[in-house]
Amino acid sequence: MYNILNEFLPNVMPITQEFITATEQTIHMSFWTAVIGCGIGTVLGVILVVARKGGILENPSIYQFFDKFINIFRSIPFIILLTLFSGFTRFIVGTTIGPTAAIVPLVIGTIPFFGRQIENALLEVDPGVIEAAQSMGISNLGIIFRVYLVEGLAGIIRVMALTLISIIGFTAMAGAIGGGGLGNLAIARGHARFQDDVIWVSTAIILVLVFVSQFVCNVIIKKITHD
Amino acid sequence: MIQLKNVEVSFKLKGRTVNAVRAVNLEIEQGDIYGIVGYSGAGKSTLVRLINLLQKPTGGEVIVDGTNLLDLSPKALRQERKSIGMIFQHFNLMKSRTIFQNVEFPLKYTGKSKEERRKKVEELLELVGLSDKLNAYPSQLSGGQKQRVAIARALANDPKILLCDEATSALDPRTTRQILQLLKELNQKLGLTIVLITHEMQVVKDICSKVAVMEDGHVIEEGFSINIFNKPQEKLTQDFIQTATHMDHALETILNNKKFSELEENQWLVELSYLGFQTNEPIISHLYSNYQVTANILYGNIEILQDVPIGKMIVVLSGESRQRKKALEYLKENGVEVNILKRHDSESVLKFVKGGA
Repeated sequence: MYNILNEFLPNVMPITQEFITATEQTIHMSFWTAVIGCGIGTVLGVILVVARKGGILENPSIYQFFDKFINIFRSIPFIILLTLFSGFTRFIVGTTIGPTAAIVPLVIGTIPFFGRQIENALLEVDPGVIEAAQSMGISNLGIIFRVYLVEGLAGIIRVMALTLISIIGFTAMAGAIGGGGLGNLAIARGHARFQDDVIWVSTAIILVLVFVSQFVCNVIIKKITHD
Repeated sequence: MIQLKNVEVSFKLKGRTVNAVRAVNLEIEQGDIYGIVGYSGAGKSTLVRLINLLQKPTGGEVIVDGTNLLDLSPKALRQERKSIGMIFQHFNLMKSRTIFQNVEFPLKYTGKSKEERRKKVEELLELVGLSDKLNAYPSQLSGGQKQRVAIARALANDPKILLCDEATSALDPRTTRQILQLLKELNQKLGLTIVLITHEMQVVKDICSKVAVMEDGHVIEEGFSINIFNKPQEKLTQDFIQTATHMDHALETILNNKKFSELEENQWLVELSYLGFQTNEPIISHLYSNYQVTANILYGNIEILQDVPIGKMIVVLSGESRQRKKALEYLKENGVEVNILKRHDSESVLKFVKGGA
C-alpha cells in the first residue's frame, strides 16, 4: 500500500505533514471567514430586507446606501481585494502574511456576497406571514428574530452552503498571495515545481471539504423544512 | 365598538394618485357580524386593515372601543392589536412551526408561563376542533384545517374583534360553510365582534347581520342584511344579490328560451320578491281565486337570513289586462315587491340582466 502510494504520488508522500498543515489552514480560514462574514452579512441582509420599500422599517436612504455598498464591493475582483486592503489587514492583524491575515480580505469579500444572498433568502418569506405577525402586535425586532430568521432559516442555510463553497475557493486564491493553505500548496509547489500529483491531491482535499460542507447543509435543510 | 370616521386612504402609484378608500363612515357594534362586500379593487382589503392600522389612513379617525388608534404610540398600538385578531385568505401560517407552535406564537413573551401557554393553546385548538393535530405541520393540513388553526391563533390573546380578510375565498363551498359556521359559533359563544370582507354575497347571506357594499373606495350601501337583500337600492348591490340567489342565471335561461320569453298578449313576465311571513300566505292561489289571474312559476328561491325568509320568484302572469293590474295592486298591498320584467308589446325592461355572474 505504502509503496503504491509512493509510486503514484512521489512528491506528495514526503510532505504529508505539510498537507495536513495546509488542510488545517484552509479549514481555519474558511471557518472563521464563514463565522465572521456570515454574521455581519446576515445583519446586512436583514437591514436590506427591512429597509426596502414596503419593508417593516422602510427607509429608502439606508436601503440605497447598503445596496450601493454591496454592488461596489461585489464588483471588485477578489484577487485585487486581497491586495487592496493590505493596509487595513496589517492594522488589524499586525501582518499581511499567513492564514489569519488572509481572513480579513476573505471576510471583506464575503460580507457583500452573503448579504445579498441573505436578502434574497429572506424575501422568500411569505409577506402574508409578516403581516400576520404585525396584526398580532409583534414588535419589529420580534418579527426579525422570530419570523424572518426562523421562517427563512432553510433559505439561509442554503445560501450558507453556497457561500461556504465560494469561501473555500477564495481561500485557495488567498493562499496564492501568502495566506497558506491548500491553494498555496498547489500553486507554490505543484505548479511552480511541476509536481502534478501535489496539485491533484490538493484539489481532491478541497473537493472533499466542499462535498462535506454541502452534505452537512443539505442534511440540516432537510431536517428543518416542512413544506 | 369600531367607528371609522371619514377615513381616506390614498397613495401614489407610478405617479398616479390612487384613492383606495374615500370618505368612508362606518359604525360596527359589539357582537355584530359585519360583512363588507365588493369586487376586487373596491378597497375593502384596505378598509379592513384600517381597523388594526396595518394600513394608515391619510385622513379621518379610527376609533376602536373608544380609543383613537391614531393617537397611540407604536408600543400602545401593538398592545391594542393583541385585542384585534385577524385571519387571511391564504391563512399565513408559519411553515417551519407545528400547529401548536403556530398557535402559541402570539402568546410568547406576554408574561404567561409555559404551562399556561400550553393550556391555552390546547383550549383554542379544542375550540376550533383540531385537538388531534397538535404536532402536525401546516403543510400536512387541508385548507379548512389551516384556517381553523389561523382562527385559533387569532383568538390566542382573547380579542374582542376578529377581522376576516377573504377568509373563505380560497376554500371549497363545503369547507366555506363549515368555517362560517365556526365563526358564527364564536360570535355567539364569545361575543366576538366579526368584520368580514368578501366578494361573495353568499357569505354575507349565511352569517352577516349587517353589510356594507363597496365600490371604487366608497361605501355605496349599508344596513341590515335582511333589508339589503330584500330591497337593494344600488345597481351593484342588486348584481351581487342576483348572483347569490342565482336569479341572474335563472333570468338568462328564461330569456334565452323562446318558449318562456315569448309572451302572449295577456301576459307579463314578473319578478316577485317578498320578505318574511307573507311566505306563509297562499298569495299565488289568491291571485286566481280573486282576480282570475294565473301565475306560472318559472323560478323560485327562498333564502333564510337570520331566521327571516326572503323569497324571489319569476312568474308569468296571465289574465285580462284590468285584472292583471288589480292583481299587481293586491301583491303590492301584501308587501310583495313587483318588478315587471317584460310585457308583450313593449320592448324588454331588462336593465339588470346583463353583467350577472
